[in-house]
Amino acid sequence: MDQTLINLLNGLSSGLLLFMLSAGLTLIFSMMGVLNFAHAGFYMLGAYVAYSLTRLVGFWPALLLAPPLVGLAGALFERLCLRRVHRFGHVPELLVTFGLSYILLEVVQLVWGRSSLAFEPPALLAGPAFTLVQAAGQGLSGLQVVAGAAPAALCQAAACSPFPATRSFMMAVALLMLLGLWALLTRTRIGLVIQAALTHPEMVEALGHNVPRVFMLVFGAGCALAGLAGVIGGITFVTEPAMAASVGSIIFVVVVVGGIGSLTGAFVGSLLIGLLQTVPLMVDKSLLNLAAALGWAVPEASLWRPLLKLTLAQVAPILPYLLLVLILIFRPRGLFGTRDE
Amino acid sequence: MNEPAAMSATSSKRPRPAEPAGPEFHFRPWNVGRWLVWGGYALLLLLLPRVFTSSLAQTLLTQMGIAVIGCLAYNILLGQGGMLSFGHAVYSGLGGFLAIHTLNAVAAGKLALPVSLVPLAGGLAGFGFAALFGYVTTRKSGTTFAMITLGLGELVWSMSLMLPEFFGGEGGVSGNRVLGAPVMGITFGPQIQLYYLIALYCFVCTALMFAFTRTPLGRMLNAVRDNPERVAFIGYSTRHVRWLAFMISGLFAGIAGGLSALNFEIVTAEVVGAQRSGGLLLFTFLGGSLTFFGPIIGAVMLVLATVVLSEFTKAWLLYLGLIFLFMVMYAPGGIASLVLMNLRVAAFGKLRRIAAAYLALAGSAAVLLGGASAMIEMLYHLQLNEALGPVMGFGGASLDARGADAWLGALMALLTGAGLFELSRRHFKAQWDQAQEEIEREIKRREAL
Repeated sequence: MDQTLINLLNGLSSGLLLFMLSAGLTLIFSMMGVLNFAHAGFYMLGAYVAYSLTRLVGFWPALLLAPPLVGLAGALFERLCLRRVHRFGHVPELLVTFGLSYILLEVVQLVWGRSSLAFEPPALLAGPAFTLVQAAGQGLSGLQVVAGAAPAALCQAAACSPFPATRSFMMAVALLMLLGLWALLTRTRIGLVIQAALTHPEMVEALGHNVPRVFMLVFGAGCALAGLAGVIGGITFVTEPAMAASVGSIIFVVVVVGGIGSLTGAFVGSLLIGLLQTVPLMVDKSLLNLAAALGWAVPEASLWRPLLKLTLAQVAPILPYLLLVLILIFRPRGLFGTRDE
Repeated sequence: MNEPAAMSATSSKRPRPAEPAGPEFHFRPWNVGRWLVWGGYALLLLLLPRVFTSSLAQTLLTQMGIAVIGCLAYNILLGQGGMLSFGHAVYSGLGGFLAIHTLNAVAAGKLALPVSLVPLAGGLAGFGFAALFGYVTTRKSGTTFAMITLGLGELVWSMSLMLPEFFGGEGGVSGNRVLGAPVMGITFGPQIQLYYLIALYCFVCTALMFAFTRTPLGRMLNAVRDNPERVAFIGYSTRHVRWLAFMISGLFAGIAGGLSALNFEIVTAEVVGAQRSGGLLLFTFLGGSLTFFGPIIGAVMLVLATVVLSEFTKAWLLYLGLIFLFMVMYAPGGIASLVLMNLRVAAFGKLRRIAAAYLALAGSAAVLLGGASAMIEMLYHLQLNEALGPVMGFGGASLDARGADAWLGALMALLTGAGLFELSRRHFKAQWDQAQEEIEREIKRREAL
């Protein structure tokens, strides 16, 4: 029971991290029609910049400083490169960000090296946030929550499952960000301009708003959100050049599954994918076991045997992509999408 | 598909539009210009290994032949169909796997097939998988299509790690292309024999893909790229056209994969990876996706960059990314479009006049790039080769990556180059614009005649 709960929480926190990434991606995409291929690169940049800042000014100031710096880099890129190819159409825009993803990866390796960095969480976030203690032989009634690490004596008698503080922090920041984003988009003047520019850019421009500048701000803000996710991802996971590739394609899956241009969709999609990535890891059963349970015998020489004997835990990495395919077949616009193309 | 058939029927009834006037070598019933170009292409494929005889050159040429097929196949999607695929290595990669399994089946005596036809098994696999996956991906176009191809690429890549029975796990699947009795002395053991097989495939596939651009389906594909709404109004299913093109592209990609399986005699899981797909996209675009021959230039660059440039410098991916970025921003037609633009200037006899400006541009760019790359190389050297000491070789000179003078010198070169480049760029632009203007006027004058 305790393991299941911890796994669910892990899935939820991964999903919320994905949301921090896909929120920026879908905001940029629905507004400018630009699929930012380098979004994961900005995520990685956030972690590396925060690593360097942490050594200068400490973690908490770095947490505040790194995202704006990454956002600035994103806004500069929009101003200098993206705006120039805007008139060529959406495919060249995508290609420019594709080129940027190569450059970001190489620049990070150039400046910080190719091996992983020791980006440790601060003392406050080190160790577990709480520990689930499961007394042996009892169901839910034997479950007990201990703040921080559980005393060793307790863990000798019962099973202890700690939940890392960094992951709790990840969840808190993501939820705060969701709240902030919602307030910004619906309660402020700039948010209203952004929403209007989403659907009627010409009209907004005619009313005297500087739409290209709004685009630049949105692009920068989206990159800053990715940078923020990077700082938190950096202390939770490993800060290494491969971290961009590890989330790079999954956030596109989130955006397609959730529905293009929908923040709600991005939220639900992120949680779904986050859970889908972690929960199946617990199930060490395969279709072969299922067949055996149903009384079917699969011959030893069957061509399908290698496929059938894969356990659910083994196929977990491809489940998000399978979901993507299924969604496209049965609901092409995504879960919450409003546009067809 | 019956739609293109109907299309061709109507177009044959209509009188053909008059050929455009101009310096075109078009003597009916033979198109002399076309014969010259294709004859030259065949001759080039035949003679290249006679000119470059070293074993490195043969290896490079063989890989170039394969890459030409791969890039041209990719361009059916990117250039002709406007479909930006981030997962096209899936089809060449799976073609490669099927080909190597076929080769092993032939070696085990389970299948009677000449080795020279094994790549076709790869093509068939590419076609089949493209039909299967394309059914899903081609439901969408534009950016969504790009995202889905990326996802499917990841799907196949993850599958490759899960099914060692088919993909061979970490070590890959290996085979041996020399099997059975030699036919007319050909065993495909020596590289040169394989080169000629690949050159033959390359020529035939290039010709077939060029022919495809002239079919009604090929033309419809261009229409789907340019104006899908209009195409739908006429009564075509844009999705159907995209799907068919996707399958044809998969077929040729699979053949390329099969050939590379024969060439390397080993296929590892990385051939379906995102790196390969990205490479296809990058170099097809760099070569020029808007013309038919552009991807051939791209393929040559692909092999030169991945085999030769990566030997010279660790920073080659950075250079590649920067070149790509500037290319997208300033020359979206790739190198092919630059060549065509200059050919036009040359055809009107104006190339000599801007040659001096070109020289100034190239000279200042060389200084600028020399300074910039010296700094990048020194940074890389400090990052990666710390143990070798601070002194490194750079284009014949030795630089002290820890010394201030090397950095100052590189910075000076960079700044001087940048200043001179900007000056010569302005001069060049003025001359170029003037030449273009004169050409336009000349064209108008000829039309009035």
